[in-house]
Amino acid sequence: MISIDGVSQTFKGKSGPVEAIRDISLTIGEGEFLTVIGRSGCGKSTLLRMVAGLLKPTKGEVRVAGEVVREPRRDVAMVFQKPALLPWRSVEDNIMLPVEIFGRRKADHRAQVDRLLETTGLTAFRKRLPHELSGGMQQRVSLCRALIQNPKVMLMDEPFSALDALTREELAVELQRIHMDLGTTIVFVTHSIQEAVLLADRVAVLSSRPGQVRRLVEIPIPRPRSFGHNAHMDQVAGVSAELHSLLLSDTHLPKTSTL
Amino acid sequence: MTDFDAGSRTSRVWTNVGLPILGVIITVTGWWAITAAFHIDPFYVPSPADVVDTFLRTPEFLLQETWTTLQRVLIGFAIAVALGLVIAVTLAASRTVERMAMPILAAINAVPKVALAPLLLVWMGFGDSPKIVMVVLVSFFPVIVSTMAGLTSTPDDLQELTRSLKASWWQTFVKVRLTWALPQVFVGLKVATPLAIIGAVIGEVVNPDRGLGSVIAGSGASNDTPLAFAALVLLAVTGVVLFYLVAGIERLLVPWRVAK
Ligand SMILES: Nc1ncnc2c1ncn2[C@@H]1O[C@H](COP(=O)(O)OP(=O)(O)OP(=O)(O)O)[C@@H](O)[C@H]1O
Ligand SMILES: [Mg+2]
Repeated sequence: MISIDGVSQTFKGKSGPVEAIRDISLTIGEGEFLTVIGRSGCGKSTLLRMVAGLLKPTKGEVRVAGEVVREPRRDVAMVFQKPALLPWRSVEDNIMLPVEIFGRRKADHRAQVDRLLETTGLTAFRKRLPHELSGGMQQRVSLCRALIQNPKVMLMDEPFSALDALTREELAVELQRIHMDLGTTIVFVTHSIQEAVLLADRVAVLSSRPGQVRRLVEIPIPRPRSFGHNAHMDQVAGVSAELHSLLLSDTHLPKTSTL
Repeated sequence: MTDFDAGSRTSRVWTNVGLPILGVIITVTGWWAITAAFHIDPFYVPSPADVVDTFLRTPEFLLQETWTTLQRVLIGFAIAVALGLVIAVTLAASRTVERMAMPILAAINAVPKVALAPLLLVWMGFGDSPKIVMVVLVSFFPVIVSTMAGLTSTPDDLQELTRSLKASWWQTFVKVRLTWALPQVFVGLKVATPLAIIGAVIGEVVNPDRGLGSVIAGSGASNDTPLAFAALVLLAVTGVVLFYLVAGIERLLVPWRVAK
């Protein structure tokens, strides 16, 4: 579905060039859930923005559904770290925004909005304005707004990182269900190992700047997965530990190499 | 405001209506007390009672002049707002135009408007139009600056969102940037409201025919300080009413902001 082919990104910063991403190649299959994990500043958002067509790679190219990405595509939906809701629009009008922008008929999408509100438990809040909602609810609205696009691919940049731990888990479980229902291809950036293990088919561990793929870790745990007690706790603990050591050992690498 | 009981109805009426009224009462009493305590000659500073007496001598006349000034203010303000919004939108739409026009606009704004009043008299003679033009000249700039600030303050996440949806420039402008700018626009309108009144008074003082500014100019000639004060009080009241009117419209149009 997505192929990232030798992609690099170097920003021209004020104090010289910043190499954010170096030579990343990845193939993401149709319906796959890939999480990208890495330390802060390693270029995760940059990578995602290149896949979204918001940023042109300095080298290499990204293909979605076989076509080279040169600009954003309407079958690729983004979910950002902040909910990015329009404060003057009610919940349902915010969800309708992509429909309006795409010039489609709102009437054709009413039923889908109802369904999305239902699955995310927002039905009672459909007329509310964003500032009347909790952070978790706002992020649910933002998720609905992405889903109304009926995207082939969803790109999610730390969508739950501003939420408290319990809400995060709740939303992660919800997202897993949505993914199982719809089979959308999802690239999900996070720096939570727990989240990565719950959600991913594969985890791409990025190294510190410049971001490179340090390891691709398969998560062969059957779905639906859950936090807390379950039948696969040993496996979960195993992969979590592996991811942990991959991320931790990384800190020392650049230091020792520059000494 | 972190009053614990801010939610209850009586306390809200108290903070929104009671406190402002109390402020006015204290100020007027203070004014009165000072003029009484120091035996100040009403020729220099009349007491509130002198001012009220003066007003009651010719209430129809003063209210008529107030209405004249108010009309000029409202027409001029409406033109200034329309002009300011159009200019701001044009400037925000094109970097090139902005670069070219901004120094000119800033220069126009920096010209002391009083200095223009005699010119306006030459160009337009007596009557309403030079006063209305003065109102526009004095009050259009804050509208432009604040609207532009609002139009360029769209947060990054919303910009990324519209880009990722491949929204056209026009769609982004109408659906996101313009509404996002509204709170800022109202900041400009609130700055421009008193300026509009000042503009009308400048026009009327320099080029007196009718209106409260002319009353003030005339009272100087006849040494009638209480009359000047009566006119000033009426101007002040007009200013307060207009300001709260704008604030009220803001409440209607920008409920998401006011609720925060
Ligand atoms: N537009 C830009 N211009 C210059 N440098 C940039 C730009 N965008 C990102 N960078 C730099 O590229 C590096 C990677 O940034 P990026 O935002 O992709 O990191 P990240 O992995 O998403 O971090 P976080 O986990 O904190 O979100 C950072 O060092 C950042 O300073
Ligand atoms: Mg990031």
